[in-house]
Amino acid sequence: MTAVVDYGAGNLTSVKYAFAALGEAVEVTSSPAVVARAERVVFPGVGAAKSAMENLKSLGLVDAVREAAATRPFLGICLGMQILFERSDEDGGVDTLGVIPGRVRRFPDVEGFKVPHMGWNSVTGNGERESREYYFVHSYCADICEFTTGVTEYAGVKFTSEVRKGRLVACQFHPEKSGRAGLGLLKEFLECSRSA
Amino acid sequence: MLTKRIIPCMDVMRGRVTKGVRFANNIDLGDPVEMSVGYSDGGADELVFYDITASAEKRPIDIGVVGAVAAAVHIPFAVGGGIASVADMERVILAGAEKVSVNSLAIENPEILKEGAQVFGRQCIVLGMDPVRNEKMPCGYEITARGFRVRTGMDALEWARRAVDLGAGEIVVNSVDADGTREGFELEITRKIAHAVGVPVVASGGAGRPGHFVTVFLEADADAAIVAGMVHTGEYTITDIKRFMQSAGIPTRMDY
Repeated sequence: MTAVVDYGAGNLTSVKYAFAALGEAVEVTSSPAVVARAERVVFPGVGAAKSAMENLKSLGLVDAVREAAATRPFLGICLGMQILFERSDEDGGVDTLGVIPGRVRRFPDVEGFKVPHMGWNSVTGNGERESREYYFVHSYCADICEFTTGVTEYAGVKFTSEVRKGRLVACQFHPEKSGRAGLGLLKEFLECSRSA
Repeated sequence: MLTKRIIPCMDVMRGRVTKGVRFANNIDLGDPVEMSVGYSDGGADELVFYDITASAEKRPIDIGVVGAVAAAVHIPFAVGGGIASVADMERVILAGAEKVSVNSLAIENPEILKEGAQVFGRQCIVLGMDPVRNEKMPCGYEITARGFRVRTGMDALEWARRAVDLGAGEIVVNSVDADGTREGFELEITRKIAHAVGVPVVASGGAGRPGHFVTVFLEADADAAIVAGMVHTGEYTITDIKRFMQSAGIPTRMDY
């Protein structure tokens, strides 16, 4: 069973439909017990880091999400990637889950670069993978760290657009809205975690 | 590089895509879901739908179509027409739309932009505007409402700034003068607004040839542009437009 964590951070309809297109019926849940027994966990999110952390705490999901991120196939998306890092500068600063080392900062104000960073931008892998475009919408971006596997550049900043650690993969872009390229990443996530 | 977006626009009436002759002599162009899949596979970066008769018929937007499109395509899309409240916005977003677009509603009730941005985030709130040339206005363009029929006396640039201050996360500048001409986008007002606001600006109205997109991106600094008639008729494809953009050195998503 694939659990999609619902912690009041944005709309999960597109995530559900994208997995449905791949033949995977996901279970949307706010229950720590369901997250704890899921084979795979999808951790999406849109919105602000501070209220997201507050919601995770009040739903009792912090430990279940940390445990899943460390041990099971886990996919973080957008804000769900950002709060895997240690700290976010959003709303005066908030400590986040600390699964991935590094900090999340606001894009600088640079002439000609609008914030949020919205649209299709390229993700350059650190291996032989070719760079491909995915759909982004965000105003804060994560540091590059030892687990960074995809880098994107905007407003003069190079930031982490994909991280991988163990069985965890997380991306700043929205695979569920990135057409064929995005569905490819979701399919890879399902297949890797099935064979693992 | 962040690419420039090409956004096919579909006017929907009673569940069908119709030719954008507003309110009269509508020509059936096809099924919105089938057309969406075709455009998504064909390289559209985003889609936009207007339920063109919802407001006039004083009924809510057709949510069935929104959900069917969301299930079938996996790229962002915006929906406008027939949105009268934050509750309507919520229905559209929960059905799977990435963005909602408001136009006349925001003129009558600007606070809707603020409320929408607070609830969903400003990236979900698109302001559509229909400026018409009027030399008496400070910026040279006046905002019209209700499908071009009502002159508001509002300066287009002033309205754009105010809407962004309130919460609009993107502005679609649909030129009344250029709309339907197929002679190219209205560059002057698009450029003025693109330079005045810190959110993306989408050029709309007047596209007839691939070269028009190159011009609006290079000369008016639009972040995205709307295409309708020239691809709906089959005269051009999205790829035709994108190849032209790419050969002009504009960052373009070609891998789809």
